[in-house]
This record gives sequence, structure tokens and C-alpha cells, in this order.
Amino acid sequence: MGATAHIDFVAAAYAAAAIIIGFLIVWVTLDYRAQRRTLADLEMRGITRRSQPARDAAPMQQAKEDA
Amino acid sequence: MALTDLANPSRFLRLANRAIPWLAGVTVIAFAFGINQAMVAPDDYQQGATVKIMYLHVPSAWLGMLCWGLMTLAALGTLVWRHPLADVTAKAAAPIGAAFTLLCLITGSLWGRPEWGTYWVWDARLTSELILFLLYLGVIALWRTVDDPSRAARAVAILTLVGAIDLPIIKFSVDWWNTLHQGASVFRIGGSTIYPTILLPLFVMALAFTLLFVTLVVAAMRNEIMRRRVRTLRLMQASAAS
Repeated sequence: MGATAHIDFVAAAYAAAAIIIGFLIVWVTLDYRAQRRTLADLEMRGITRRSQPARDAAPMQQAKEDA
Repeated sequence: MALTDLANPSRFLRLANRAIPWLAGVTVIAFAFGINQAMVAPDDYQQGATVKIMYLHVPSAWLGMLCWGLMTLAALGTLVWRHPLADVTAKAAAPIGAAFTLLCLITGSLWGRPEWGTYWVWDARLTSELILFLLYLGVIALWRTVDDPSRAARAVAILTLVGAIDLPIIKFSVDWWNTLHQGASVFRIGGSTIYPTILLPLFVMALAFTLLFVTLVVAAMRNEIMRRRVRTLRLMQASAAS
């Protein structure tokens, strides 16, 4: 069998792998940025977990005002 | 640091933030080496250049099954030990396992057409692999259906444990039934039937795929922990506002 026989199937397989792996990497990266941005936004508004010190002196008051 | 320390999500986040850049770097190096090895490896004397599809097909098949194995352990962690990161692991790993299983099916079809003369046959190996992919889609759908993560985790854990039955069926399908798909040729009693110049690049690519899988799962777990924090904070915000 020639070295170039069915090379289009090989190229298609590697292209499929690049697309699927690329999609996974982009998905994980964009999701990370979105979660980090949302968390930062909530913290900016003084809404933090009980175990974390609030940046704002009255975080829950701020939440009430936002609502 | 003890392994149990990882049960703390905050500690896991700190560790993940440090580990992900290193894991990504090692993965890139492994892929560069693996793809180079795959490209310079000789063609098979019967299959010609199509044997190079094996360097994608076999590692993605292994990882599709490994991922469900990981999710099965996570399911036990959820139901038996109630480990705080168990359902985070299961939820983060499912789309990644689905992607590797899909890649296995696509590359298998592209390999099958020139070798078997068809993209698809309903033989036991191919069908059981397709069932694994459908199980992944079921798990992903279940996570999205139930709003409360802890309730969803229990339902997903049960489905995952039931779905684990498919793993030995995939593995031994080529022994139990007469299949068009070839039998085991890498890990088998009596040694591998693959020539070392083709086998070595396969192992390097398998290592690269495994490193990619670990990197993606750790990164997706980090995202999931952050998503749950966002959910908690929004609930706190809503209760404070009411």
C-alpha cells in the first residue's frame, strides 16, 4: 500500500482530534474566566462567604440595596 | 500534605491554581514529542499510513473508559463516603469523558472505512462504545435537569454505577462475541502483537492524552467549585434581600 493511500482519512482523524481537544480547552478556559469574573463581581458588591472577610463593611445591606 | 486534605475545596483550589500551569506545560511537551514520534513512525505493512489513526483512536478509547472508571469511584465517594469533592469530580469529568469517547468513535469510523470498507457496523465493540457515549450524554443531561447539586449528585451516582457494567462489556466484547473489530493487541497474555517502532509512539501519545485528561479534569473541577460558590453567594444575596 502506498504511503499516501488513504491519507485523507488520516488527515480527517487528526483534524477531528484538533477540533474536539481545542473545543475542550476553549470551553474550560472560558468557563474559568466567567466564574472568576462573577465571583469578583459578587465580592466587589460585598457579598462574600461567611468564612471570608467582607470587603464592604455592610455586605448584606449592600445586597438589600441592590435588590 | 495528606490526601484527605484535598477534601477541602479551598485547599484543592489553591493546589489546582499552582498545578494547572505545570500540568499544561508538561502536556504540551508530551504532545509535541508524541506527534513527532507518530509522524516519523513507519507505516504498517498491511494498513499503510492509516495506522497513524491508531495514535488518536486507542488513547481516546482508553481515556473514555478510564474517565467512566473515575466517575464510578466518585459515585462511591458520593454515596458511601460523602466526600465533598466526589460529585465535583463526577460532574467535571463527564463532558471530558464524553469528548474522548466521541473522538474514539469518529477516529474509529475514519479508520474503519479504508480497512473494513465501512464507517460503521453494529458489532459488539462498536455498539458498547456507542452505549458508553450515550451514557455520558445521559449523565450530563441529568446534571442539568436537577437544580440542586447534592440531589443531582445522588441520581448521577446511581446512573454511573449502573453504567459501569458497560466497561467490562467494552473490554471483553471482542472475546465474548465474533466482532469485526480486532481483539486485544497491546495488553494481552503473551505480549503485544504490535511492532516496537509503532508501539512506542502509541505509549507516548497515550501518556500525552492522559496528561491532557488530568489537566482538563483538574481545571474543570476548579470551575465547578467556583460555580458552586457563585450559587451559594447568590442564594445568600437573595435571602438577604427578601
